[in-house]
Amino acid sequence: MARKLPSKNVVVIGLGWTGSILSYHLAKAGLDVVAIERGPWRDTATDFPPAYAQDELRYAIRLDLFLRPAQETLTFRNRADQTALPIRNFAGFLPGNGVGGAGIHWNGQTWRFLSTDFRLRSHLTERYGASMLPGDMTIQDWPVSYDELEPYYDRFEKLCGTSGKAGNLKGVKQDGGNPFEGWRSSEYPTPPLKQGLGATLFAEAARKLGHSPFPQPASNLSEAYTNPLGIRMGQCSYCGFCERFGCGNYSKASPQTCVLPALMRLPNFTAQTESEVLRINLDSTGKRATGVTYVDTSGEEWEQPADIVLLCAFALFNVQLMLISGIGKPYDPDSGQGVLGRNYAYQTTSSVSVILKDKVLNPFIATGAHGMMIDDYNGDNFDHSNLGFVGGGYMGAGQTNGRPIQTRPVPKGTPKWGAAWKKATAETYQHAYSLSTHGSSYSYRDCWLDLDPTYKDRLGRPLMRMTFDFHDNELKMSAYLTERLAEIAKAMNPTEMQAHPRKGPYDSTIYQTTHNTGGTVMGDDPQTSVLNRYCQSWDVHNLFIPGGASVFPQNHGYNPTNTVGALAFWTADAITQLYLKNPGPLV
Amino acid sequence: MMDSQTSLRLSRRLFLTSAAIFLTTSASVVHGRTIQQEMPWAPGAADPPAQVRPGPWAFFTSDEAATIEAIVDRLIPPDDHGPGGKDAGCAVFIDRQLAGPYGRSEGLYTRPPFMPGSSTQGYQNPASPAGRYRNGLKALADQVGQSRSGKAFHELTAAEQDKILSALEDGSVKLKDVDAKAFFAMVLQDTQQGFFADPIYGGNRDMAGWKLVGFPGARYDYRDWVERHNESYPLPPVSIMGRADWLSKG
Amino acid sequence: MYRSLALTVLSFAFITCAHAQGATQDFSRIERGRYLTTLSDCAGCHTAPGGKPFAGGVALQTPFGTLIAPNITPDTETGIGNWSDDEFVSALQEGRGRNGTRLYPAMPYTAYTKMTRDDILAIRAYLTTVTPVNHKVNANQLPFPFNIRLAMMVWNWLNFTPGRFVPDPHQSDEWNRGAYLVQGPGHCGTCHTPKTILNADKNDAPLAGATLQGWFAPNITANRYQGVGRWSKDDLIQYLKTGANNATLASGPMVEAVTHSTSRMKDADVAAIATYLLGIDQGGINKPAPLAADNPSMKAGAAIYKDACAPCHQDNGRGSAELFPRLAGSAIVQSDDPTTLGRIVLEGSRAVATSSAPTAPAMPAFDWRLDSDQVAAVLTYIRNSWGNAAPAVTGAAIAKQRTTLAHSR
Repeated sequence: MARKLPSKNVVVIGLGWTGSILSYHLAKAGLDVVAIERGPWRDTATDFPPAYAQDELRYAIRLDLFLRPAQETLTFRNRADQTALPIRNFAGFLPGNGVGGAGIHWNGQTWRFLSTDFRLRSHLTERYGASMLPGDMTIQDWPVSYDELEPYYDRFEKLCGTSGKAGNLKGVKQDGGNPFEGWRSSEYPTPPLKQGLGATLFAEAARKLGHSPFPQPASNLSEAYTNPLGIRMGQCSYCGFCERFGCGNYSKASPQTCVLPALMRLPNFTAQTESEVLRINLDSTGKRATGVTYVDTSGEEWEQPADIVLLCAFALFNVQLMLISGIGKPYDPDSGQGVLGRNYAYQTTSSVSVILKDKVLNPFIATGAHGMMIDDYNGDNFDHSNLGFVGGGYMGAGQTNGRPIQTRPVPKGTPKWGAAWKKATAETYQHAYSLSTHGSSYSYRDCWLDLDPTYKDRLGRPLMRMTFDFHDNELKMSAYLTERLAEIAKAMNPTEMQAHPRKGPYDSTIYQTTHNTGGTVMGDDPQTSVLNRYCQSWDVHNLFIPGGASVFPQNHGYNPTNTVGALAFWTADAITQLYLKNPGPLV
Repeated sequence: MMDSQTSLRLSRRLFLTSAAIFLTTSASVVHGRTIQQEMPWAPGAADPPAQVRPGPWAFFTSDEAATIEAIVDRLIPPDDHGPGGKDAGCAVFIDRQLAGPYGRSEGLYTRPPFMPGSSTQGYQNPASPAGRYRNGLKALADQVGQSRSGKAFHELTAAEQDKILSALEDGSVKLKDVDAKAFFAMVLQDTQQGFFADPIYGGNRDMAGWKLVGFPGARYDYRDWVERHNESYPLPPVSIMGRADWLSKG
Repeated sequence: MYRSLALTVLSFAFITCAHAQGATQDFSRIERGRYLTTLSDCAGCHTAPGGKPFAGGVALQTPFGTLIAPNITPDTETGIGNWSDDEFVSALQEGRGRNGTRLYPAMPYTAYTKMTRDDILAIRAYLTTVTPVNHKVNANQLPFPFNIRLAMMVWNWLNFTPGRFVPDPHQSDEWNRGAYLVQGPGHCGTCHTPKTILNADKNDAPLAGATLQGWFAPNITANRYQGVGRWSKDDLIQYLKTGANNATLASGPMVEAVTHSTSRMKDADVAAIATYLLGIDQGGINKPAPLAADNPSMKAGAAIYKDACAPCHQDNGRGSAELFPRLAGSAIVQSDDPTTLGRIVLEGSRAVATSSAPTAPAMPAFDWRLDSDQVAAVLTYIRNSWGNAAPAVTGAAIAKQRTTLAHSR
């Protein structure tokens, strides 16, 4: 039986990006806030100092900063007619763990969605007619517009100190920026990062073919910066240890470098780490959350009552906790009814690798988010009329590292071992570069999340089950984008080039991205969404899921973090400006 | 209560803040960790990897070790480009890894039932890497012993060894109760990881793997070189535990 | 429930003002006393971490043993509730406790003696308003013979000159205010003035830097080589107010001084301190010639610095403002005594966090990565690069420090 703790105003589940942003703003507003995090406390100098942060085996292979499957995992299958089996070792995507969450191990790629992305179904139907969309595609409009979210994108970018070049300032096109981006109220907080040779050659080739390359928006900072919370960040040193690693010199945006120093000073905030929330508790009406129950490291259970519950875990585990807590109607793919677990989506990535024999590329001089990109083939930036698919993605040259356990390109046909392999490896490393596309993943009727009937976690709770595969629309999109990228690659005059468009089926053993989205979708209609436009539960008004990627109705051709951060600020404002004054359903 | 607490802080006048960290041990209070009004920090706090030291095999028997040393030296043969897998410490690396958390599948989801699945669903077998090596090496020794008139793998010529490894790789030779292809893939992966991981783990000795490709290792600052396009980076690789130039000579 | 939630937001700002005020007390005098308590950093020693305010309990390491700061709440049994005003004044000005017992000079009465009776009684007035706490502190844990309080009579006779601060009519009011704060309530010399063998201040070199508690408190005079003479008045003000400036961040024992005292001082008082400190220049510290770059220790140090230190402190030793201390031109880097340098490299250090500079970056520990000779080499390198010059650090000194620190953890 759980022992009851004194009540708090707010209990936050998970202390990553959204949890830390919400905690800061609500504690700053005077509320008594506790954040419960299942992983450990983590900080720069003690957990990933630049003395051992740069350890590829430990962090990139053994996945030291990530969730251990023994603690929590999920089961996976491609299709409903298969038996889902547990992901015993994370590989295809890598959920974070501990204070800072995915904000520690991300690359720093800080993109905004397009304004047409926010009204995707309406826009595509208006432009191409309803028949353009496959019958089983379940994309829907967001309940917020780009214009509404713009000030919140701006706030998250200023929190992070994001480096970049605006392409559209208040509607006026800017040279050197992304000409396709939505309007921005201000320039990026810091100027773009410096670029290496690979990205520079790509940009030249893209320009030659009539495209508009621009520096990728990066939350690895081009120069030292003080954010609006008064926290100081350093200059990125291009060490090439971003994704899967913590940043050792305070130059990559994370809850550690952008929020926690200010948050932890607030006397009305408490972090409770190494404590896992078992469920969200409801009162007898089922319409109001009374708090959460969590289990500590000794296995003892505690009830933490609270007036407001904020679910701020990683996207997949937001869905699991809602399912376990019985909040919202689980989605049934046969009937199409129900909302919880519906519209799970991912990301459709691909690559083109080039070998430039006469160039020295120093691939290890890199950051997670430097590079030159083009956005000509994202969203509906190009005419899809005769293409047979919808969606798109950005593409370009942003190789994030040259770490040799994982980044060891060789010419096509090279044996996998032996003298020939060794020679080719030695001769190619300095002269190879990888270009990539980062494409959308729209939602479908047969891609969803529910509870597994067989497998349980260490606490006896059912694992979540993922049913997901790529659809023809996405594979066609990837083929088209990869062809366009290969055209640019060819203009770089490579010695050798290999194109790798995404092929099905989706393979959970090959890392593609950790952009798992959907399952607790936000929307205007309770029949097709779990949350309203303020990320507030339709069913339980004092429960919010403030912006984790589980609220995305589908995934667009960009990395999710900037939108996640913007929605966190958006929800924080909704709670402090609307909900506290009149607690109840905001829609 | 106060006195016992303060006695623990005798040397900590230095870091007096309003902070309170409770790393609790008593059953009367909440386990886990409650952190308020401080970014926790303690002098000397660090969690570096333990350096692998030369010494006896931690996991392999001497027969297994002889086989593995022979295998890693064929997967990465010594040649004009530099040392092979054996001299680079790949077998030592694998040995220490198998004796540690990796060998035990620590942290992985190992609950039953185990059912065969599609390749997209990943590894679905209760055997840990340590168990797979033990079984795989035994099955290989048996297979070699039978087909090569009692010889051990490491006693064969390089060409014979390569032939067997190729047959494992493409699955054309069968091992008793062992998936030969998967076993080969695991050994290859671990060998290459050892060759390119930080030398602190026992492989990549003298940073041979990094020197082979020109990776500067555990460096953390290339601000001076990011715009030096088309120019090779001039400094040698460095390990977590340093490099020769860190020692005073004179 | 929800109304109360909304109310919480509105009422939060008032919570901290809710302390009861004694009806008969003079409010402005108590407030002045509260501020003087901040200037004097009473809480730094008399409030234990996580303990009740002024209830005592902080351990002070002295060269002769450990002293525990006593309870100074108005509790009549275990605090100072029964003390008369004269007894209180005598404690601060003369170093005499109740009934004439001698205090140990860990209590900085050698500085507080400069304070006016009026200021001291204002502190007294404030302390009578804090919550009385019944908490008995066994203050004296010194070994024989230092546990004999009578010995302090001899010490005082040798080392202690009681007397109030006398303003210098040739100096500005601001300078005099700064001098009063530094010499009196601020008791800066307690850490920063070199000590005699009996641990008394060396009065011929005030504020020229001193080693205590395993740290070197640097020279804070206007000396350009080993002091703060390269800093502008604004640099010094920013440092004291926020704990960080373009050159460095406060860490070690200074964390406590910034947290409890300097960051809470009035702007005019911080400016006065800066004016006074930047006016002190004893001269007489000669910068040596730097060690040659081809010295073997310098060469090893250069390699270590490039690989391990430059990611934060940069190739040019300039660091990054308010984040990574500037090593080039740094006083602490070039101080004769490398105690603080060795300590920071071995076990790391957390900078102070203040509301205007909350970042509080930390230097990681390197004791596991560098052996004592390597620590000495990299310190020798930073002490003799970018225009810096200072004697080499020996591996033996670092090895000794390593052992001492390991015992203290």
